[in-house]
Amino acid sequence: MADIINFTIDGKECVAEKGISILQATQENDIYIPTLCNYEGVKPKGSCRICTIRTNGQFATACTTPVADGMEIENNTEEINDLRKSIIELLFVEGNHFCPACEMSGDCELQALAYRFQMMVPRFTFQFPKRDIDAGNPKILMDCNRCIRCKRCIRAIKDEKGRSVFAFYRRGENIKVHIDPELGSKLTDELAEKSVTICPVGAILPREKGFRIPIGQRKFDHEPIGSEYKH
Amino acid sequence: MSKPVIATATLAGCFGCHMSLLDIDEKILDLIELVEFNKSPIDDIKNFTKKCDIGLIEGGCCNSENVHVLKDFRKNCNILISFGECAIMGGLPAYRNPIPIKECLEEAYLNGPSVKGHNESGIIPNDEEIPMMLDKVYPCHEIVKIDYFLPGCPPSAELIWNALTALITGNEMELSYEIIKFD
Ligand code: SF4
Ligand code: SF4
Ligand code: FES
Repeated sequence: MADIINFTIDGKECVAEKGISILQATQENDIYIPTLCNYEGVKPKGSCRICTIRTNGQFATACTTPVADGMEIENNTEEINDLRKSIIELLFVEGNHFCPACEMSGDCELQALAYRFQMMVPRFTFQFPKRDIDAGNPKILMDCNRCIRCKRCIRAIKDEKGRSVFAFYRRGENIKVHIDPELGSKLTDELAEKSVTICPVGAILPREKGFRIPIGQRKFDHEPIGSEYKH
Repeated sequence: MSKPVIATATLAGCFGCHMSLLDIDEKILDLIELVEFNKSPIDDIKNFTKKCDIGLIEGGCCNSENVHVLKDFRKNCNILISFGECAIMGGLPAYRNPIPIKECLEEAYLNGPSVKGHNESGIIPNDEEIPMMLDKVYPCHEIVKIDYFLPGCPPSAELIWNALTALITGNEMELSYEIIKFD
């Protein structure tokens, strides 16, 4: 039998198996921690920092930090939620997110987090960066205006030989997600659909289909993101 | 007690937010009971005739005229609200923001498919009567202080109504999940 450890989250006593991440441990205890770059079944990267919690006085990312016996975790506090909200706001100002014209509006995780954290307006100055739209692929369209560089596509979309279809190109603020021209041209329908699903925002879109789900039936139209968790 | 006074303006917007304000349907009659309108395209009062309690701004600032009107609103309204995505983040007009203004104007007047070959003298309108285009479209709160923000494209009639009645009655506003939408 696996080792069982005890920890608390916002004072609530919880148990978990040793070796799993704080995120998994809290989810098993029906507690919500917001995530964005994390995707179930894909190795955690810890890049977006939205899952930030505090333990032992230190901020840490719940998706990459293993839970430990006796850990006292702060999660749903005003301070931490404001920190998370500021990350969402940063993502909005550093890309070009005009939701009314976005096909993923209503199904977008970034937007859903903004709703959950009641972002009325970002506190930072809008950057309006120049970003590309890549329409070279026959099955998917990439709109880099909305890419949040979470790397979910890069980490999850591989061909049958395990090669990544997507890759980062350039560095720093000029970084962009690029489709490998060769692997991209051979993209199967399933992988194309999977890339659309894996992208948390509207940066990877299916071609020749648009606004597939009517307003009112979209994922986050009625319930906030994370509603599947009790706390 | 005299009625609270409301003023409204459309800057670089499509008038959709104002249409949404009218979408409160028969509640518009209640609104008229509750408030008095001053400068607004709804009653066509062109200039402020008194100090207002609440100013509603639709649209961001894309030219010098927008900036002038916005500053005039800030001066004449105690509470200023950005309503709608364009006022809050530039919206559709801000699609031009990543592109240098010179390129935008050349595309619109010299090189675009509908003008190419039809503007022989190569003129880009620059009469001083025409408001000067800004280098980019600015969200209103990047020009003046804005007190409240009502998101949506347009913000729902319900959101506008709730916000106005909360402000007028001094009650706290209830923000249900479904009422805040960016689209
Ligand atoms: S990707 Fe999400 S946040 Fe960005 S424009 Fe689309 S719906 Fe809005
Ligand atoms: S394209 Fe989508 S999945 Fe890939 S890095 Fe950008 S936001 Fe993430
Ligand atoms: S979800 Fe943990 S850092 Fe992104």
